[in-house]
Amino acid sequence: MVSGGVSKFVKARPDATFQKMVKEAFDYALGDVPRLKTDRIDGSVGSYFSDHFTRQLMAGIMATDYLGLCPKPNKRIEGGGATGGLCFQAAWESVASGRMNCCVAFGFETMSRVQTWKGNEFIALASDVNFDYPVGGFYSGYYAMMVNRHIHEFGTTLEQMAMVSVKNHRNACFNPYAQKRKRITIRDVRNAEMVAYPLTLLDICVMSDGAAVCILADEETAFQLADKPVRITGVGTGTDMMRMADRPRGKVILAPNEKESDYRNLTYPGVHSFRAGRSAALQAYRMAGIRDPLREIDFVELHDAYTSSEIQTYEDLALCRYGEGGRFIEEGHPFLPRIDYGMKLKKKGTIPVNPSGGLIACGHPVGATGLMQAVFAFWQIQGTIGRHFGSGELQLKKAERGLIHSHAGTGTYVTVSILERGW
Amino acid sequence: MSKKRARLTKPTAQHRDPRLEEVMTGTTVFNVPFPADLSTLKGMSPLVIRFPYSVEYLHSYGQDSPFFAGLANRKLLGTRCGPCQYTYATPRLHCPACGRETDWTELPQEGRVHTFTTCYYGSEEFLKETPFHLILVEFDGVDTLLLARLIGVAGPEEIRIEMKVKAKFRRNSQLKTTDVYFVPA
Repeated sequence: MVSGGVSKFVKARPDATFQKMVKEAFDYALGDVPRLKTDRIDGSVGSYFSDHFTRQLMAGIMATDYLGLCPKPNKRIEGGGATGGLCFQAAWESVASGRMNCCVAFGFETMSRVQTWKGNEFIALASDVNFDYPVGGFYSGYYAMMVNRHIHEFGTTLEQMAMVSVKNHRNACFNPYAQKRKRITIRDVRNAEMVAYPLTLLDICVMSDGAAVCILADEETAFQLADKPVRITGVGTGTDMMRMADRPRGKVILAPNEKESDYRNLTYPGVHSFRAGRSAALQAYRMAGIRDPLREIDFVELHDAYTSSEIQTYEDLALCRYGEGGRFIEEGHPFLPRIDYGMKLKKKGTIPVNPSGGLIACGHPVGATGLMQAVFAFWQIQGTIGRHFGSGELQLKKAERGLIHSHAGTGTYVTVSILERGW
Repeated sequence: MSKKRARLTKPTAQHRDPRLEEVMTGTTVFNVPFPADLSTLKGMSPLVIRFPYSVEYLHSYGQDSPFFAGLANRKLLGTRCGPCQYTYATPRLHCPACGRETDWTELPQEGRVHTFTTCYYGSEEFLKETPFHLILVEFDGVDTLLLARLIGVAGPEEIRIEMKVKAKFRRNSQLKTTDVYFVPA
């Protein structure tokens, strides 16, 4: 990866069409690698989640032509909430296969074009329309059911979930790209309006307008273009049954640092865990040679559409064992070491998770989200957060290897990619 | 303003910040101010127009059709893969484990709550029904679950995982999966 750019995520961008938002992110990315002229770009991949939000079929080519990337190759990548992560990996595939030396990945979503409840309906159409959607299709409801089972199995608490919200909103205070930047308390999260029991308004990410761009290149091209390219050393993609009701109840897929005796009485994945996330993580770890993720990865940008899914994802990524996600945040591991969160944390900053603020605070313009994570991780590894954010509070001292995680449906598509210092 | 519209604009009624309710009504504009100097146009406010979008589908349930015919006849049907000895509460005509065709089988009409939620907010189509309760039902001898509504409870504090529930059917079938719903047993 040689460069990236993000258009600021906001609730609504009536001043710009999707092409213009993509152009803003693209121009920012080009500006960061002055040696890259567009004639060196061999093609692009584009991502947006919903034709309903865009109300424009073949929107991908309209962004491509706006960027001046015709007549080079382009295609659309789509996979629900993981659309951006899949797009990032599609660009990696384009380069790794040798088809392109330099490939642009762009993603966007224009969610402000309908009211929030209509947006929730569009998103819920990404559940089985014969059996799931008509019962009361609402993704926050699906995630609430999953976390109620997680609470039942493992004793996870609502306060532990609220800590995720406090952490991510606080981190975002130092990220000018974030949509929601505020200091809140556990009490604020629990007292917020109930959306789907036990998830409140502050447990859930918001809809956004925004775009993001990543530019990937092969090693030789990358070093010609950039002084500090970031190497993609592992990619993994997992899948699971669309209907939560169909998830099997079998044995845990073990990470290298786990053994069968850790999970004697646990049926897996059920509806409490994301088998696709575990599968994606293990593929990426194998490829990157990671055996002990907690110690071998410096930070994580993961898909926290819900506070509950951040906790569930700690476990899928084997940062802790299944069932220990709640205690993992309570002890302070995923917080940033130098930020004041207004609470006492025993083991603060073992592995910062969502230093950018994540989806909960940055917003979730679906097609852009997974690429946004890649851009923030890229800057983190380069050590350029201070330059891009205007202040260095979120820059980690050690950020040589990061993990990005993009997640769709009720855990139906999940991507994990490992990014490392390449110079 | 219709009753439905009023409900649709009310999702933040209990919000703690006092504020006026947003409505989707507006004013039709026939004339738009326009400058003589074109160089000022880039500073113009964006124009936002509003229009409806509706589609009528002829949706086929395809191979899932017997499930809905079953509901109309007060029967809850799943499918079973004989060779795998695996029963799907939410039917699928082919077993993903072995690839063979499954057989239709009648499910018990009593089960237990596997997990639950109460939705106070939702998609536009269901907003007027909030708050409503969603459950995943587990049945003895059945390997997967069924998503359904639970009625007859006041709130989430009255729902427990593992509580017993029984199926009820709409007398006048709508040929939707909501033709079956559950009540505490």
